[in-house]
Amino acid sequence: MCHRALVSLSRHGSLVIAVCPDTQVSVPPGALDCWVFLSCLEVLQRIEGCCDRAQIDSNIAHTVGLWSYATEKLKSLGYLCGLVSEKGPNSEDLNRTVDLLAGLGAERPETANTAQSPYKKLKEALSSVEAFEKHYLDLSHATIEMYTSIGRIRSAKFVGKDLAEFYMKKKSPQKAETYLQGALKNYLAEGWALPITHTRKQLAECQKHLGQIENYLQTSSLLASDHHLTEEERKYFCQEILNFASEQTDSSGHKVVLPMHSFAHLRDLRFTPSNAVVHVGGVLSVEITVCSQMPVPVHMDQIAISVHFSIEKNSYRKTAEWLTKHKTSNGIINFPMETSPFPASQNSLPALELYEMFERSPSDNSLNTTGIICKNVHMLLRRQESSTALDTPSGVALDDGAPVLKCCGVTLEPGANTITFRTQAKEPGTYTLRQLCASAGPVCFVLPHLYPLAQYDVYSQEPQLHVEPLADSLLAGIPQKVKFTVTTGHYTVKNGDSLQLSNVEAMLILCHAENKAVIYSNTREKASDASLRVQSSDKVTSISLPAAPAYHMIEFELEVLSLPSAPAAGGEEGSTMLGMTEAQRNPKDTQKADHCMATTDHKVSIECPWSIYSTVIALTFSVPFKTTHAVLSAGTRKYIQVCVQNLSELDFRLSDSDLVDTGDSTDLQLLPLNTKSQQHICSRQSVFFVWELTWTREPPTSLRGRFSMEFRPASEERLSISLKPYTYEFQVENFFTLYTVKAEILPPAGTELCRTGSLCALEVSITRLSGLLEVDRDEALTESDEYFSTKLMYEVVDNSSNWAVCGKSSGVISMPVVAQATHRVHMEVMPLFAGYLPLPDVRLFKYLPHHSAHSSQLDADSWIENDSLSVDKHVDDQLDSSSIKSRGSVHSAASSEHKGLPMPRLQALPPGQVFNSSTGMQILVIPSKDDHVLEVSVT
Amino acid sequence: MAVCVAVIAKENYPLYIRSVPTENELKFHYMVHTSLDVVDEKISAMGKALVDQRELYLGLLYPTEDYKVYGYVTNSKVKFVMVVDSSNTALRDNEIRSMFRKLHNSYTDVMCNPFYNPGDRIQSRAFDSMVTSMMIQVC
Repeated sequence: MCHRALVSLSRHGSLVIAVCPDTQVSVPPGALDCWVFLSCLEVLQRIEGCCDRAQIDSNIAHTVGLWSYATEKLKSLGYLCGLVSEKGPNSEDLNRTVDLLAGLGAERPETANTAQSPYKKLKEALSSVEAFEKHYLDLSHATIEMYTSIGRIRSAKFVGKDLAEFYMKKKSPQKAETYLQGALKNYLAEGWALPITHTRKQLAECQKHLGQIENYLQTSSLLASDHHLTEEERKYFCQEILNFASEQTDSSGHKVVLPMHSFAHLRDLRFTPSNAVVHVGGVLSVEITVCSQMPVPVHMDQIAISVHFSIEKNSYRKTAEWLTKHKTSNGIINFPMETSPFPASQNSLPALELYEMFERSPSDNSLNTTGIICKNVHMLLRRQESSTALDTPSGVALDDGAPVLKCCGVTLEPGANTITFRTQAKEPGTYTLRQLCASAGPVCFVLPHLYPLAQYDVYSQEPQLHVEPLADSLLAGIPQKVKFTVTTGHYTVKNGDSLQLSNVEAMLILCHAENKAVIYSNTREKASDASLRVQSSDKVTSISLPAAPAYHMIEFELEVLSLPSAPAAGGEEGSTMLGMTEAQRNPKDTQKADHCMATTDHKVSIECPWSIYSTVIALTFSVPFKTTHAVLSAGTRKYIQVCVQNLSELDFRLSDSDLVDTGDSTDLQLLPLNTKSQQHICSRQSVFFVWELTWTREPPTSLRGRFSMEFRPASEERLSISLKPYTYEFQVENFFTLYTVKAEILPPAGTELCRTGSLCALEVSITRLSGLLEVDRDEALTESDEYFSTKLMYEVVDNSSNWAVCGKSSGVISMPVVAQATHRVHMEVMPLFAGYLPLPDVRLFKYLPHHSAHSSQLDADSWIENDSLSVDKHVDDQLDSSSIKSRGSVHSAASSEHKGLPMPRLQALPPGQVFNSSTGMQILVIPSKDDHVLEVSVT
Repeated sequence: MAVCVAVIAKENYPLYIRSVPTENELKFHYMVHTSLDVVDEKISAMGKALVDQRELYLGLLYPTEDYKVYGYVTNSKVKFVMVVDSSNTALRDNEIRSMFRKLHNSYTDVMCNPFYNPGDRIQSRAFDSMVTSMMIQVC
């Protein structure tokens, strides 16, 4: 009950008081204040009178309003009556006081006897300066205490500010300062701009009185940049700083260090060169944009950025390549806006800086972990301090003794200013910009940390020489350009410095009348052109380099010519393909060979002026052509075909193709069947050349041919030098035709055409074309009474399964070694399909006795075993007694060597020796009448 | 009607504060700031009440000689403080309430703007004109 009464009493009390001025009674100034003051105290006293201590304490929230109201009123009375002024009340004030006291009238009788009545209090307070001070302080302190005890900090601070104002009037700024600082801290924490400005202004005055120079200057700088103040006020505070700076110039080295943020804001920083990488001795410039927040132009004696230098341990980092690769920024670093004036708000938190992170396993580079990392955790997870060092400059320390970038005598205009620092790089390493310091006299404005990090790197580089072909690959045989790049690094190329190239026999360096070298600066900008002198002697080619400063690049091109070294004569392919026609070659092999060019490596050692060691450079040249040859037959006429395949990307012009026989036989003649004019060979295409081989006397056993042709790139009409012809050597043997094989299929008697399913006759005639030759002298040859014969095996195979060979498909014949000796074989075949069918293949082998030493090629298939039996059975009628004898000897010899059956050997005749005149012939087969299903095979 | 209208963020910094231009702006700033004490007190006293039953309108925070200060708190702890001339006795509690509701609606519109960052100062023109309409009848 008591509580309720109390609440309503205090509420009504204040309401009544608040409503009072409406009554429009004309009263002298201050009279109303007196009345309010008295009423408040009366109410409070009444409350105190009827409640006990505990109740009052628990209801401070309701009474404290009255206390503060009373305090406020007493304060205004004090000001009114001149009790607060420094000199004490003047006569006018005293008159007013007398009027007010008179207006109070006599104290009411019921309180007259009490020692501490509100009436007495007021009277006493108004009567003297000291008494007023005592009463006002009592009231204020009581109010502040009450407010604080119930947690109304803001109200307490507000009363405290009034109190501070009073203290300032009373010339005791040291007491005022604590209250002002307290209030300011509170406003800063909650970001109330106007109260901050107002309190700061008061604090500035207070600090000025106290002689706290640093604090005063700092507050002044804050106020000078405060947009809530008028222009004049800002100028005043700015001038305060400037005055101090100019007054104290000649004093001792004591510096006043102030934080930069109130004075100016660093907006961005720009490096030139933009990658912030510079070589030793190079010039780096750093351009910063500073926004001055002062209202007037401020002249600074010096602006300096202190730099932290660290030597990079990893020497690789110093190379220009690494640095240019890894620093791709445009050289501009933007600094985020200064923290807003609301430190407590979330605005002040920096934005999250998130980055992807990949961690790969060191062994196989596979992804181990991935994630997102926050790079500014330390900023975000920092403890939220209410005093963000805005008032305490303790956190600011000057980097003394660190190397600095300086700029002297700068006037900072209000707003953005651009300041450029230039420095010459000395030590290689990484330089981190740490502090920005602007000083005027003894006053320094310091930005203690530059964030984000700004760094530049200085490197030193060893001179280097690079040699690389201009094209993807170098081609042998034609002049090719090779680019030389000399990176000078820290070495300065003097006049007379030269590169000494040791000559390689098979590679020429072509010297032109004039060579041009281009000198580039480190940033790939063209610096100058220079001429280049190339001198060649027997052993050494010397290239005199043009003079070039350090950290430049000299680039020039030289033409080199690799002399074509003919590929191994004949080649391994050549011998096996002897006489084979193009169509019969295994297509897989040619395809595989298509893609790779034969290469030759040339190693050149180069002596460079900067090193005692010579650099060895390997140049790989590819042979642009691939050549194959073949022997083609038409009966006994022989042709040599040479196929030149262009493997390169270039087009060539071929001329003067020639094929000569380097062997000893004199009667061989090669008649070219080729066009005399130049031939164009496009990239990845082939050109064929054909010669007819004729002879007058005995057919030759072998031919050693050398093919040669002139070639030049089609794109270049005229070449300054004559090129060496391209040559290709090969050898063919046993190419003379010994046998012709002719196959013929005859329809069954009485019909005109073959029919599917009906047996047809296959007539094979094998004809010997020449008498005994050297080639024939081998184990298969048998002699009896100057009558020579050799044993051949024929075989009919139809790989395309068009024919069914009925009966035996192979047999051994004894061939008399006489010209025009003919052997006929008759077989039965049945066509399986209708249409024009190619004839089955007839193959001819040399049938060698078992012990023949060099029967290299043998189709070791199972049929041999079976067939050898069948040969034994069926060949009897064709073999004469001598051959049986020889065969028997083979038998016995073989049985002594082998456990199994004695095996005769088959040797394929070199294709040039057999001419199959019915190759490519086709015969028409019509379907049988009763076939319902018509199968037509078209080949 | 109102002589000063303020919107104060949860963290007690002003999102919006406007007073009658002729008056001493600083005084109102101090007044509104001091009133936050009472707002905090009222909010913590209300803390136990259920959310749906909670009254957003805080009523008269405290009277001064010339002004009455009223408070209102949204569910997200954004505070509205309105200072009214005490001479204007015609203004009833209900009218204050409806003014706060209007203010709240307008504030909700501001929050719904996708280009507005919660926590930034309110610079919406619509909100401004609404506040002006609430302050306009001051003589």
